[in-house]
Amino acid sequence: MRVNFTVNGRPQQADDVWEGESLLYVLRERLGLPGSKNACEQGECGSCTVRLDGVPVCSCLVAAGQAEGSEIVTVEGLAEYARQRACGTGGCDTSAECGTSGDEARRWSAHGTDSATGEGTELAPIQQAFIDAGAVQCGFCTPGLLVAADEMLERNPNPTDADIREALSGNLCRCTGYEKIMDAVRLAAARQGEGA
Amino acid sequence: MDFLRPASWEEALAAKAEHPTAVPIAGGTDVMVEINFDHRRPEYLLDLTRVGDLYEWETGEDSVRLGASVPYTRIMENLRTELPGLALASHTVASPQIRNRGGVGGNLGTASPAGDAHPALLAAGAEVEAESVRGSRRIPIDAFYTGVKRNALAPDELIRAVHIDKADGPQQFSKVGTRNAMVIAVCAFGLALHPGTRTVRTGIGSAAPTPIRATAAEEFLNAALDEERLWDSGRSITPSVARQFAQLCSAACNPVDDVRGTARYRRHAVGVMARRTLMWTWESYRGNARTMEGAA
Ligand SMILES: Cc1cc2nc3c(=O)[nH]c(=O)nc-3n(C[C@H](O)[C@H](O)[C@H](O)COP(=O)(O)OP(=O)(O)OC[C@H]3O[C@@H](n4cnc5c(N)ncnc54)[C@H](O)[C@@H]3O)c2cc1C
Ligand code: FES
Ligand code: FES
Repeated sequence: MRVNFTVNGRPQQADDVWEGESLLYVLRERLGLPGSKNACEQGECGSCTVRLDGVPVCSCLVAAGQAEGSEIVTVEGLAEYARQRACGTGGCDTSAECGTSGDEARRWSAHGTDSATGEGTELAPIQQAFIDAGAVQCGFCTPGLLVAADEMLERNPNPTDADIREALSGNLCRCTGYEKIMDAVRLAAARQGEGA
Repeated sequence: MDFLRPASWEEALAAKAEHPTAVPIAGGTDVMVEINFDHRRPEYLLDLTRVGDLYEWETGEDSVRLGASVPYTRIMENLRTELPGLALASHTVASPQIRNRGGVGGNLGTASPAGDAHPALLAAGAEVEAESVRGSRRIPIDAFYTGVKRNALAPDELIRAVHIDKADGPQQFSKVGTRNAMVIAVCAFGLALHPGTRTVRTGIGSAAPTPIRATAAEEFLNAALDEERLWDSGRSITPSVARQFAQLCSAACNPVDDVRGTARYRRHAVGVMARRTLMWTWESYRGNARTMEGAA
């Protein structure tokens, strides 16, 4: 069957989708967006987390056909999504950051920026915080954690440690022991607070 | 495989009548696991996510009509006052990602003895609103679970909603298991005080082939509370009554040994949870009774 949805702001169409196929499979294997990871395919690890109409879900447990007509944000689109959110809430310092300024249009072509794959865009604050806090080791869990953490900070700009643990309880990391991940989310929250 | 995408409840019922073997899929948190692991290859998947009615709830005089697909997250956020037991149980289901998708309709559809909604529904008192093109009926929750992962739905029926009695007293839910985001409880226990009818109801998960009530334990406790006039006096429940209640709850279990725990452990844990949830709810009832007296 054919499935149409919007991924990272762009209309996408996938053909010959098997009826039992997961959204995760379609994203990775048909649309060339391998950011969302496939580890368990049973909802336990959270490495496949995406936003489906704004809501964080395990894309391995969404049938592709159920996503018809939906808006999906994957880790590849997170930076652009965060940028637009900052502009929408007046969180950007210059109007040039909003919309496509002349400057940005030139950078776009020069570096082949692509909002669908995230290539060449500036990192989202949560992504930068993960790097700065050293929260990435093998990186397999990172895309799912970024999507989940970013959504929590959107809902709850001043999370307690308990809030962070709860929001990330569906995301497994086998490397870091979670402490650096906690640091990263606290850091992103603090920077978000300073920026506002 | 065919993917059926009804846009309304009527269309969904018509599709289920035409294809009784079609497997409904709501949040997909049970169905997709089975498909991903090749445990199930249904001929038809019947997607219910376009049926908006299933995502709504109405709070009536005595009960809440909870749409079959209302996600656990919504129940936790919005129905804590009316349905405290179910809200507590919802909070223990898996992870935020799963709770954003899964709901009570799917839990009832799967009818796993380990489903966390069941003890809460059994303790609160509930009816399942099942519908087909032939008509609608209400199945009392006690009659809904018919065997291991079997329920009372006819092949052409779908769950439209669950009618759950609004809490008229404190309710609790307790669960033994590994970390939340891991599947299935070792065992679970729900308890609700109903001061209106001066009864206590229970629900036990994962300790028998189906979710069950500990009816003998309920009868014993109701009689003991009555005899000692505790509903009126608001005095504490004596340790011996609590102990016997816990023992009868353990005795109601018919558990199995499996990788998650032994039968003996489950029986023991259910007794512990029964005693604790009784104490928590009763102390809260006494506290409320005292404040009301103080105010009067
Ligand atoms: C990682 C993980 C952890 C989990 N942890 C828990 C847990 O802690 N506690 C727990 O109770 N469960 C747990 N589950 C199981 C699952 O999330 C729940 O059973 C959930 O309630 C299912 O709801 P759903 O909407 O996703 O159901 P679906 O998967 O869409 O459907 C489940 C079943 O119900 C049927 N169905 C769905 N809607 C209807 C309807 N309206 N009418 C008739 N039949 C219908 C389907 O055909 C299917 O047989 C977990 C699952 C995963 C993947
Ligand atoms: S791959 Fe989806 S939760 Fe693990
Ligand atoms: S960094 Fe390796 S799993 Fe988290």
